Amino acid sequence: MIPASFDYVRADSAEAALAALAEHGDEAKLLAGGHSLVPLLKLRLAVPAVLVDIGRLEDLSYIRDAGDHLAVGALTRHRDLERSAVLAEHLPLLAHTAHLVGDPQVRNRGTIGGSLAHGDPASDLPAVALATRATMVITGPDGERTVAADDFFAGFLETAVQPDELLTEIRFPKATGAAWSYQKFVRRAQDWAIVGVAVQGGATPGVALVNMASTPVRAAAVEAALASGADAATAAEAAPDGAEPQPDLQASVAYREHLARVLTRRALTASALG
Amino acid sequence: MSVLGTRVVRKEDPRLLRGEARYVADLDETDDPRLVGLAHVVFVRSTVAHATIAELDVAEALEAPGVIGVYTHADLDLEAPPVMGGMLGPDVVRPFLADGRVRYVGEPVAVVVAESVAEGVDAAELVFVDYDLLEPVIGVEAAVDADTLLFPAHGSNVVSGFGAEAPDDLFDGCDVVVRHRIVNQRLAPAPIEPRGCVAVWGGDDGVELTFWTSTQTAHGVRSTLADRFGLEHDAVRVIAPDVGGGFGGKMHLYPDELITAWVARRVGRPARWIETRSESMLGIHHGRDQVHELAIGGTRDGRVLAYHLEVLQDAGAYPDIGAFLPYFTRLMAQGTYDIARVSCRTRSVVTTTTPTAAYRGAGRPEAAAAIERAMDLFAAAVDLDPVKVRRRNLIPADAFPYTTQTGATYDCGNYPRALALAVEAAGYDDLRDEQARRRAAGDPVAMGIGVACYVEITAGPGAGEKEFARLTIDPDGSATVFTGSSAHGQGHATAWSMIVHDLTGIPMDRVEVVHGDTAKVEAGVGTYGSRSLQVGGSALHRATSHLVARGVEVAAKLLDVDEAEVALDTETGTFSAESVSGEAVGWDEVVRLSGEPFTEAHEFVTETPTYPFGAHIAVVEVDTETGQARLVRLVAVDDAGRILNPLIVEGQRHGGIAQGVAQALVEEVRYDADGNPQTANLADYGLISTMELPAAELVPMETPTPVNPLGAKGIGESGTIGATPAVQNAVVDAVAHLGVRHLDLPCTAERVWHALELARAEAG
Ligand SMILES: Cc1cc2nc3c(=O)[nH]c(=O)nc-3n(C[C@H](O)[C@H](O)[C@H](O)COP(=O)(O)OP(=O)(O)OC[C@H]3O[C@@H](n4cnc5c(N)ncnc54)[C@H](O)[C@@H]3O)c2cc1C
Repeated sequence: MIPASFDYVRADSAEAALAALAEHGDEAKLLAGGHSLVPLLKLRLAVPAVLVDIGRLEDLSYIRDAGDHLAVGALTRHRDLERSAVLAEHLPLLAHTAHLVGDPQVRNRGTIGGSLAHGDPASDLPAVALATRATMVITGPDGERTVAADDFFAGFLETAVQPDELLTEIRFPKATGAAWSYQKFVRRAQDWAIVGVAVQGGATPGVALVNMASTPVRAAAVEAALASGADAATAAEAAPDGAEPQPDLQASVAYREHLARVLTRRALTASALG
Repeated sequence: MSVLGTRVVRKEDPRLLRGEARYVADLDETDDPRLVGLAHVVFVRSTVAHATIAELDVAEALEAPGVIGVYTHADLDLEAPPVMGGMLGPDVVRPFLADGRVRYVGEPVAVVVAESVAEGVDAAELVFVDYDLLEPVIGVEAAVDADTLLFPAHGSNVVSGFGAEAPDDLFDGCDVVVRHRIVNQRLAPAPIEPRGCVAVWGGDDGVELTFWTSTQTAHGVRSTLADRFGLEHDAVRVIAPDVGGGFGGKMHLYPDELITAWVARRVGRPARWIETRSESMLGIHHGRDQVHELAIGGTRDGRVLAYHLEVLQDAGAYPDIGAFLPYFTRLMAQGTYDIARVSCRTRSVVTTTTPTAAYRGAGRPEAAAAIERAMDLFAAAVDLDPVKVRRRNLIPADAFPYTTQTGATYDCGNYPRALALAVEAAGYDDLRDEQARRRAAGDPVAMGIGVACYVEITAGPGAGEKEFARLTIDPDGSATVFTGSSAHGQGHATAWSMIVHDLTGIPMDRVEVVHGDTAKVEAGVGTYGSRSLQVGGSALHRATSHLVARGVEVAAKLLDVDEAEVALDTETGTFSAESVSGEAVGWDEVVRLSGEPFTEAHEFVTETPTYPFGAHIAVVEVDTETGQARLVRLVAVDDAGRILNPLIVEGQRHGGIAQGVAQALVEEVRYDADGNPQTANLADYGLISTMELPAAELVPMETPTPVNPLGAKGIGESGTIGATPAVQNAVVDAVAHLGVRHLDLPCTAERVWHALELARAEAG
């Protein structure tokens, strides 16, 4: 429970963080809220030579109404998402889901950027990014690029963010007045989801699953069923299609698939979809 | 008015709440000037369940920065003691560090001493261990017949047992006999403060070893250390500073702790060991872990005539007290019922897992869980309401003292009344009506009602349980209690002050309670098994009474009256006599003028154990689509004899119930087939939290016991004993109409869903 030794650099700007990454290459690791990285360090599952602390980049902590979309800074804490008036009005799914992450300590430290960049299939916010069709803004040595949520989650704990890059902003389409639902199935209130389902209503409803594959996944078969006019119960039957759930202590594959169907039906019904 | 029985707020809490407690990890030179230049102890632990050690090389670790020493079994000059004081033979003795063979993941293999913990952890990674893997032995039923033996010289994996198989005619005359295999899963005590200790050798006053440790039994640890190092008991001083919980997991000296003392001597420096949570989850002995085969028989109208309980206990890799806890399971097998024929056989087996020992309840929750499941299975088989069947079979209130078929003599109780109080408080009949309505309406959220009656044993198993207390009153009229029962959350400072105040009139804030330091308290046993108040409190009661008698003697002289005339006002702590009205003397004067130390000690020795009892009713809701059970209500009647402080008792009940519910719904220590632990941290193990717990509804009931001066029984473990079967029975009850007959512990969502799937498939 003691990390291997590392050098520590505190970045006071995004540029400084990028410079440190450029200098140390893939020896370096960014540290945001630390609530995914620090446990890995303590178990020595991650042994970076340098930690670049971006936790104090206040200028990357914001939730803005940018006209046609909402811009959320990567360093915005879960707690700020939870309490944001802007989100409550235009994207309540994100605020509500952030409220279900871990416990208050976790929410006060963890950031949306860390949550997405970590790429954990068991995390809640990646499913929201998929269901809402968010766009990630990634800053690197050559400036900014944008990546659609669908192209962002590359593999188990792997995303489109390269070792010399920084996730700086997440852009969410506004969903003002649209129905939504997040169904999180947990053993205990503070736990990670055994299975979760995010549904965002609107012109093109989005459905995404938590813990149903090695990455956060879109429930494309459910969306297709809905598009072709299926009712909620029928569409939900397709939830496990294309997913590749893994067994663990909490759930077998069959149980996960069953939960995905039940939770998806509930989420669709709650959002009056299908 | 006596302070006893009133809700006195705990005087020890402000310090704890303000963060002023000092745990072992906090200790520094402000606690003892010798605690400078501490060496830090880190263990290399087995990463495999079962293997012989082909090679163990510490050379590289010795060269690492900050390393003071690295030691293995070959370096030790300590003799491993016989198991449980010789109850088991030399074939199953546990070495302090692995002796060529490892038997569970987490077993200490080597020890690193370093200038800092970080350097120690780094160096521990450099210790090279080459393991030749052996077959793991996992699961008690497999262990009984396994070809692989943990201790080949012992000739079997079965190490101990009590009782005999069921006689052939046990169930003669029964209309109905129900048999079932049930599991009482392994649990982790998981106190909030893991284990830790600091050892310092040398010093004044003939004390050779001073040892601070997070323990429930300072005096026991003192004796063990002295015996291991061949020292006089007085040459070892053990101090338990603030202790952040134990739940049975800190009842004795562990090898890691002994090694810390050994290492301190070897390197000639004070040494500290603090375990991490991951180490703790594998290191602190686990609890429970029994598999039961039960059989219950009786008449169609619900009278139980015979019961057999077959117990297989998992003792883990090295048999310890866990191998013997089935003694309690057997003793309490019959529960609260008057059953003509009862038999129980227990066998304990070794497996390649963490050793098992006491955990809150220690052998009794298993007994209650078995008989309470049996009662429900029997009730279902004869198609009678579970409460009705229990009423038909409870030991009548006028039958005490009552001796059971397995040899327990219950001191006093009123089991029908406990059940009646629970039934009334829960509104049992209304609950059944609501359940029927919801079932008829096809509610996908099924409602379940579970009942459990229990009786347990505290301050047992026999006569002769001891505890020490000394009371000293100083010339300024303040009092100091020296108790051998050392608290780690139970509220001794408050309870002991109440006893002293009640008998002497000395204000509670002028009573200091000293415990957990063998240099200050001359004798002691410790805090476990719900024994403190009834044994340690009774000792203090006696010591205080003696001192009061002496006070009366002195006061009589001061007032110049007959002793018989002297009255002690226990509100104000003053002595007076009617014939000299207007004159009164306080404790300060009495002590000053007596001219001698005002102190009395007493060792209380029990003549018989006590048997707390009660009844719990749980209401759950089960989502029949996902299988998830949610506890909605828990009504608890817990009778622990006379209550000294209801606030403390309620705290014990809420805490015990939380752990009991946790066993029913959430917690389980798990291993995979290779013996790898799967729940070695709190994320995977999943302690229950307040979010999963409704406030338990506590119903008062007090039946004072005649066996001690306080009339008190134990309350520390009742919650874990009554709540688990009540909640388990409720979950089964919720889905019984869908064809489910039994669910093993813990009743997790997937387990319930799986049972529902099976029942649906069977129903076709
Ligand atoms: C007890 C506990 C319970 C939890 N429960 C939940 C839960 O229920 N649901 C849930 O979703 N999460 C849960 N979490 C995780 C939590 O939400 C984390 O905060 C989150 O996953 C990571 O965010 P962070 O800011 O802490 O990232 P860090 O831990 O600091 O970093 C995580 C990873 O992302 C990288 N990174 C961080 N920021 C950036 C960036 N801007 N650009 C590029 N890379 C970056 C880091 O280098 C690292 O590899 C829990 C955590 C704990 C400790």
